[in-house]
Amino acid sequence: MEAIQSHTGFVYPLNRANVDTDQIIPKQFLKRIERTGFGKYLFFHWRFDDNGMKRANFSLNEVKYEGATILLAGENFGCGSSREHAPWALLDYGFRIIIAPSFADIFYNNALKNGIIPIQMDAKQVKEWMDEAAQEKLVLTIDLRKKNILKRDGEIIPFEISTYHQKKLLNGWDDIALTLQHEEKIKAYENRYL
Amino acid sequence: MKQPKTIIEKIWDKHVVHREEGKPDLLYIDLHLVHEVTSPQAFEGLRINQRKVRRPDLTYATVDHNVPTKNRDVIKDKIAKKQMETLKNNCEKFGIPLADMYHPDQGIVHVIGPELGLTQPGKTIVCGDSHTSTHGAFGAIAFGIGTSEVEHVLATQSLWQEKPKTLNVHVEGNLAVGVTAKDLILAIIAKFGIKFGTGHVIEYTGEAIRNLSMEGRMTICNMSIEAGAKAGLISPDEKTIEYLRGKRHVPKGEDFDKKTEEWLSLRTDEGAVYDKQVTIHADEVEPQVTWGTNPGMCVPISGRTPNLQDVDQKADVQRALEYMGLKENQPVTEIEIDHVFIGSCTNSRLSDLQKAAAIVKGRTVNEEVRAIVVPGSFQVKKAAEEKGLDQVFKEAGFEWREAGCSMCLAMNDDIVPPGGRCASTSNRNFEGRQGNGARTHLVSPEMAAAAAIEGHFIDVRKYNQVLERMNR
Ligand code: SF4
Repeated sequence: MEAIQSHTGFVYPLNRANVDTDQIIPKQFLKRIERTGFGKYLFFHWRFDDNGMKRANFSLNEVKYEGATILLAGENFGCGSSREHAPWALLDYGFRIIIAPSFADIFYNNALKNGIIPIQMDAKQVKEWMDEAAQEKLVLTIDLRKKNILKRDGEIIPFEISTYHQKKLLNGWDDIALTLQHEEKIKAYENRYL
Repeated sequence: MKQPKTIIEKIWDKHVVHREEGKPDLLYIDLHLVHEVTSPQAFEGLRINQRKVRRPDLTYATVDHNVPTKNRDVIKDKIAKKQMETLKNNCEKFGIPLADMYHPDQGIVHVIGPELGLTQPGKTIVCGDSHTSTHGAFGAIAFGIGTSEVEHVLATQSLWQEKPKTLNVHVEGNLAVGVTAKDLILAIIAKFGIKFGTGHVIEYTGEAIRNLSMEGRMTICNMSIEAGAKAGLISPDEKTIEYLRGKRHVPKGEDFDKKTEEWLSLRTDEGAVYDKQVTIHADEVEPQVTWGTNPGMCVPISGRTPNLQDVDQKADVQRALEYMGLKENQPVTEIEIDHVFIGSCTNSRLSDLQKAAAIVKGRTVNEEVRAIVVPGSFQVKKAAEEKGLDQVFKEAGFEWREAGCSMCLAMNDDIVPPGGRCASTSNRNFEGRQGNGARTHLVSPEMAAAAAIEGHFIDVRKYNQVLERMNR
């Protein structure tokens, strides 16, 4: 996974709660055996109509959000299925940061494994930015080292992420390599119980 | 005196391989179930890094999500076919046992685990599928993982996991006749919300839970994820033991007796404290029907769709009603359906099919309705056929299919068309879940069967009485 220390980009506000992974990437695209190329299917049925034409009433299709890299969403983002195709699609589309009042557990983990920073932010702040980003371009700088977000007007908002995950994201570490450092302990467990 | 512990802590603590301040626990995994959709990229990762599968003997694979349920020999979708072949090749290459499409043990991964006795109390069980929580019915910690984690478990037989908080859902009293495990879990989610379990493992306790069959308990634990929980489980008891006795992968003879003792000792200790506790009264639960686009959007059969002015999240409710093609304040019994799906890892076991068949027997499916029954596994199918259930369903006008996930997520040809409305015994009513533009109402097998015959929802308890009267 690609390391990430800081990120500057602008916000796409998706003002919906409980966005489930079936919406993020519908099942017909889960048959592929690759990890890449899922971006064009992101939010597929929200973005496109039955004839494959862009839906005018879905905001991600608006020109002003082209190139957005920060996704701002309502609570319980990523609920439902465990499909890692969801973060793969978000990442492939270009989102590196997701900010929401809360995340579903499996999605949160899956995002971290792919170098996406899921940022939990209080609902009031999310709501405020939701309105702001709908009005005009909202540019944010996420500093993972300092665990804060810098707004263009100079305001700084801190966020929480466990030191463990922070370190892994900063270094782009591969979990398996880390785990294999504990192989002796895994063996010992197996000898004792299996 | 020893500190009293919940079953969750007992299992968790035993499986910690490595613990370190400021890090999640490294947890040993006893059983890893694998299916075709969430595994190809994981095997690919192993290959790229020249890694092996650490414990193929603790890994078991099947195909379920993509398989055709009508004619096994016809897979029109080339990409789906390739995905299944990829699993086969990977299992051969890495030495993993596989129940492929023609294998007598094939079925939905969460149906075959318990059936084969792979699922056992006290185990840690994972699968690249969120409904892995099903296996918790046996007193195991079982949870869904993503593909990166699948790769991690394949390579190391362990996982980095934050120790979850514990949540007790206590069910007082008993379910009324005609009210099922499915109604209970839907009522729990409707009452407490679709994220009340986030970050927690749920233990279900209480008389109503004890009185459920193992299959009913699986239905409950299955939908824990729809409450946002990491997993859901039930402490083992005599029913658990009896279910497991004689199952293929369960120890035999004296070993079984020894295991029995160990399993029963897992039960939550008297006086153990949970991080959170909620209570619900089973006597008050009616048959449930979801009206919206997540499982929490659910009302009793006597209920109506919400009034917009009474709800908090107005925009979400309005969107859901629109998607579902429903008006506010509409009686649930007036909702007409055109599809019925009896199946999925929630409700496709023998007792589910028996209960649905009891309602259907001697009746005819409404002419506006297309109804299918998809047994959860090949073994379920066989057992049902031995009891003549296939005949009951077919005579009534149901289609009788081969085992698989089928219309639960419509990855194969079993799709509800746009605008179609389905009474489904599955677990998710998300937009497009059963087909683009399809509308899903989650119900119990009994309620689905009754809806198939009536063409709209009906309180199955009344329906039973009607039947009784007609039979007299
Ligand atoms: S039956 Fe449905 S919920 Fe269960 S494993 Fe298959 S697709 Fe998932």
